[in-house]
Amino acid sequence: MQLNRNIAVSETGFIFNPSSGDSFSVNPVGQDVIRLLKEGKNREEITSALVEKYAIDAASVDKDMDDFLVMLRNYQLLTGHE
Amino acid sequence: MSKQRITVAVSGLNNIDSPGPGIPVIRALKESERFEVRIIGLSYESLEPGLYMHDLVDKSYQVPMPSAGTTALLERLAYIHAKENIAVIIPNFDAELHNFIRLAPQLKTQFGIGMFLPTMEQFEARHKSVLFQFGEANGVKVPYHKMIYSANEVHQLENEFTYPLVIKGKYYDASIAATPEQAVSYFHKISAKWGLPIIVQEFVSGTEVNVTAIGDGQGNCVGAVPMRKLYITDKGKAWSGISLDDEELIKIANRVIGNSKWRGGCELEFIRSNDGIYYLLEMNPRFPAWVYLAKGCGQNHPEALVRLALGETVEPFTTYDTGKMFVRYSFDQIVSLSEFEQISTQGEL
Repeated sequence: MQLNRNIAVSETGFIFNPSSGDSFSVNPVGQDVIRLLKEGKNREEITSALVEKYAIDAASVDKDMDDFLVMLRNYQLLTGHE
Repeated sequence: MSKQRITVAVSGLNNIDSPGPGIPVIRALKESERFEVRIIGLSYESLEPGLYMHDLVDKSYQVPMPSAGTTALLERLAYIHAKENIAVIIPNFDAELHNFIRLAPQLKTQFGIGMFLPTMEQFEARHKSVLFQFGEANGVKVPYHKMIYSANEVHQLENEFTYPLVIKGKYYDASIAATPEQAVSYFHKISAKWGLPIIVQEFVSGTEVNVTAIGDGQGNCVGAVPMRKLYITDKGKAWSGISLDDEELIKIANRVIGNSKWRGGCELEFIRSNDGIYYLLEMNPRFPAWVYLAKGCGQNHPEALVRLALGETVEPFTTYDTGKMFVRYSFDQIVSLSEFEQISTQGEL
């Protein structure tokens, strides 16, 4: 899975999709996920990075990641499968 | 490089909530890096806001309504030209284009005034009533439609259409009908206002995206900037919009302009269906009111149009900025009664 081409993410968590004109705001955790996606990390790598940074169990991260990734796909920000 | 001084006459000064393109065109020209432009406003009514924008419009003249015909228009333009030495005219109203297209050769030979307008054939070929054929001829999808002349025909539509469908006036207005009863109601409402026929169009669900573009008449698309409306007024006009990075849309715009050898500015209105297919909904034969966004994105379409009208060859733009937005605002101008009196009684300001 990867972020769509040209998706712009600012330091404040503002996301702009230049092909649809849509813009979104994400919280700091969302920013981390987006940044890691941009770096080409896979789902497992993102989950472990979040577990380490936020001192949280992997099951909780997994559940929230499911929701977040569905949302990214619905907003046409993400392509490809996990 | 010193700028070339030039006088350009522009109509469409109705910078109201459903704005004409005149003021955005003038702003783009005033910011031209090639031309130092003196603007002559051509107005139809005394309350067109552009008449009173003296920082943008240097002098204004009333012109006869399009229904007065070409003779009256030519006479008035001859009077204005004698005083102002106009080099180029940019008409911005659909309704006046017919007259200007007919007068174009005479204005050029008799007065040396340049315009860069579509040919009469091009102008007629993209009318709503023949848009489907235009799409077929130019390699772009257009939602299926047919024309009807009586409300009774609505009940036979179910053989060709599924509801919802769109009921459109021949010039303006469109409503989405979910049932035959609604379709009949819209038929009466729209035909009472705009006459017959009524256009029944397949409803395509998706996102509306528009392109402002300019063709050189030789099959080259000189510029094209796509935009999505972010905020829409109750009249369906964009109050805010954003430029898009959409290669497919640019490709389609290039194809339409190229195949039709479009001459002049235009606006292409598309709907991107939920499965990503573009359908052309309308092609307007002049710049849209949001054309200043193109200037903001690095493509000064009005400047390119003036150059083409002067007979220059214009190299196509190759890039534009994406993610640039426009946000309109309304602004109360304080106007002295004497100015209103002057334009109302003398037809000049």
